[in-house]
Amino acid sequence: MAEQMLAADGRPLKASLNRALRRQKLRALALIAPLLLFILISFVMPIADMLFRSVENEIVSNTLPRTVVALEEWDADTGEAPSEEVFSALYTDMTLAAEYKTHTRLGSRLNYESTGISSLFRKSGRRVGRFDTDIYTDAFTAGDPAYGDPARWANWMDDGAIRTQLPKTASAYDDWARMIVEVEGDDPLEEEPWDFVFTALYEDANAGGVLPIAVDLSGVEPVSLRAQFSDVDDDWLDVDVWQTIKLYAPEYTSGYFLNSVDLMKTPEGVEARPENEQIYITLFIRTLIMSLSIMGMCVLLGYPIAWLLANLPDRTANLLMILVLLPFWTSLLVRTSAWKVLLQQQGVINDVLVWIGLVSDGNRLELINNQTGTIIAMTHILLPFMILPLYSVMKTIPPSYLRAAKSLGATNWTAFWRVYFPQSVPGIGAGCILVFILAIGYYITPELVGGTKGVFISNRIAYHISSSLNWGLAAALGTILLAVVLILYWVYDRIVGIDNVKLGG
Amino acid sequence: MKITMKLLATSCLTLTGAMAHADGHMANEMTIVSWGGAYSNSQQKAYHDPYMEKTGVNIINDESSAEAVAKLRAMNEAGNVTWDVVDVVAADALRLCDEGLAMEIDPDTMLAAAPDGTPASEDFGELLVGDCFIPQIVYSTTVGYRTDLVGDNPPTEICAMFDTETYPGKRSLEKRPIVNMEWALLCDGVAKEDVYDVLETEEGQAQALAKLDTIKDDVIWWSAGADTPQLLADGEVVMGSTYNGRLFALIEEQKQPVAMLWDAQMFDLDGWIIPTGLSPERQARALDYIMFATDTQRLADQAKYISYGPARASSAPLVGKHAELGIEMAPHMPTDPENAKNTFLYNYEFWADYRDDLDAKFQAWLSQ
Repeated sequence: MAEQMLAADGRPLKASLNRALRRQKLRALALIAPLLLFILISFVMPIADMLFRSVENEIVSNTLPRTVVALEEWDADTGEAPSEEVFSALYTDMTLAAEYKTHTRLGSRLNYESTGISSLFRKSGRRVGRFDTDIYTDAFTAGDPAYGDPARWANWMDDGAIRTQLPKTASAYDDWARMIVEVEGDDPLEEEPWDFVFTALYEDANAGGVLPIAVDLSGVEPVSLRAQFSDVDDDWLDVDVWQTIKLYAPEYTSGYFLNSVDLMKTPEGVEARPENEQIYITLFIRTLIMSLSIMGMCVLLGYPIAWLLANLPDRTANLLMILVLLPFWTSLLVRTSAWKVLLQQQGVINDVLVWIGLVSDGNRLELINNQTGTIIAMTHILLPFMILPLYSVMKTIPPSYLRAAKSLGATNWTAFWRVYFPQSVPGIGAGCILVFILAIGYYITPELVGGTKGVFISNRIAYHISSSLNWGLAAALGTILLAVVLILYWVYDRIVGIDNVKLGG
Repeated sequence: MKITMKLLATSCLTLTGAMAHADGHMANEMTIVSWGGAYSNSQQKAYHDPYMEKTGVNIINDESSAEAVAKLRAMNEAGNVTWDVVDVVAADALRLCDEGLAMEIDPDTMLAAAPDGTPASEDFGELLVGDCFIPQIVYSTTVGYRTDLVGDNPPTEICAMFDTETYPGKRSLEKRPIVNMEWALLCDGVAKEDVYDVLETEEGQAQALAKLDTIKDDVIWWSAGADTPQLLADGEVVMGSTYNGRLFALIEEQKQPVAMLWDAQMFDLDGWIIPTGLSPERQARALDYIMFATDTQRLADQAKYISYGPARASSAPLVGKHAELGIEMAPHMPTDPENAKNTFLYNYEFWADYRDDLDAKFQAWLSQ
């Protein structure tokens, strides 16, 4: 066995080397740590958070916790709206939600699934504080004034035995007390509990719970909360409304993803959306096809330019390069608007065509506000992203190869196709990936020049983010788009090989 | 090592300095969000400049109103609201209110009374939409047409939009269901008072889309307010819908051969909201600004710079001449009796409920 090599300080050389290497690695890591952290915090985490919204649906169970539980028993097949018990849970939840002002948020959320819930919740939140349940409060406080004493209430609700006797009251009181502190900024020890707490107390008493101080409730005419709610709006007796609430009660939902592929959740399972609401699949396919054609146009137009750039003398090439880069220095909106001026029916191109007699005045070409417009404008905008990688790859192909091929008898075409072109493929690959990925996420240009047939899926994502506020759906659409890009990238890697992509060098 | 320490120390100092600076500024600064362009300009002259002069508060303009709802929601989630007062359309104000992102306003205590003592709630009247919205102007979505392209028979009613035989050529409409669905039903024989009842039903929605279908190939759909003026100026369309202020600029300032068709104009409101989550000092300052900027005189002043009607009844008699053109502004207001013979008021409740549903159907229809 060979003797172990020792370093100058007497340690085994291998260990010493490893240590030095590790220290170097750590130092390198420390150097990139700020950047890594920055990317994590400002890029990866927000995106992950956004994507998470595509399944997150806690708002229903957070806003209507009691209703959601009570609704589990309810069977929609009966064709009847839920029982009094569910409405009493809804009463407590709705009163609290109206104080926190979360009921309208939930209304907007559920309105995405079933039209009309938004105003139903808004209206109910406004009216729920004025329900006729004050007769319970009056009955209890008339029966014994202790029920009007905040301090006594606090004592009772501290008593475990009473709490087990009056479960609904205990839970309603707890949330009421929290709300009093958080929303009203008052002290629950000084405020008389609200009607909904007394309503819960009455229900507990009716269910056989032992009251801390017995009160004769026989004379109290029970208030039907079901009737109270249906007085606000008949829709509360509509089975569809309740079905929607029940369907979207879980904390996580597949609903957004189903919506984004033109399906929908129904009590019977997943179904296709009505035909007059299907749009996303069409848009996904259109986005892919149009991005591919833009990519193709960029290759066709960019390749000769890149070749020129790589083969002209430096001075001329530099000038050309500036022309290629020029669009980068102009605002995207200016460039897009310029295309409008050029392409519209009364625009420059049509005017010229009419003037030279190629097109008759009555038959001017439609070059904008359709797919043609989007493809032209986006090809122009994305062209530099194709030319630059192509150029830097072509720059590395020695011109002597072509000369050698020709001196060995190849025609111009063979020399190009068999010798030059294969060497430029990595540049095409890089350019295609860049252009395609940029194109697939574009939305300003398609919005301005795309009309109705030339808009992309990103336009709908933008709409749902900034206009309809349906961030869940936007996140689901975005996740699908991201997945599609990753799959295409993977396919590309299998077919072409990602090692064959070069941005230069 | 020394240099690093020095660098660190300097950057720390700069940072604290900057923060102290920011704090100092905060005390006397507020960020007001609006739409930019001629509209922000009119606000600058009618509200911001006099307010800055009166109070010494420095107003910073942010032109993000178009994305205000989404941005406010994001700011609120991040717990850092940097805007003090935000200009939004009433529909957005309603949504912000629903989302708990705008603070509730009590008009009679937070807004100035009219000069004759009429409380604000009466002066604004039914324009106080929702609990958070402070109305500022009434604008309308209406139609402009090329006078040189319609021959001797200029259109007098909205249904000219659907009459491609009498008025051949392209027309431009907004790329969303609101306004278009109402006009379509109106021109398909539905009485004005029944429009929203009909639009609530599946059949009614199909009817509106079927009517729009008859002109679908002749329509250029716009998404930016500047599109229709450009299309009209270039002669791309024979008529098109846009905001009345844009048409005013096109006709009176740029002198294009365009005229207004006020028939069935859709009134909409624009105004202020104050975001929730402001510190008490900032909230007080925002309220002070609002009290000043929405009083009777200020609202009337704005009409000197842009042709939108003041939201207060008491401001209407005070509307004067355009500051630069010197023309009387009253006849150019959408609320002028001559222009307001046949109008629609944007039905906020209806669209809050049906917007998502109808938009899905409308977009699906568009892409067919």
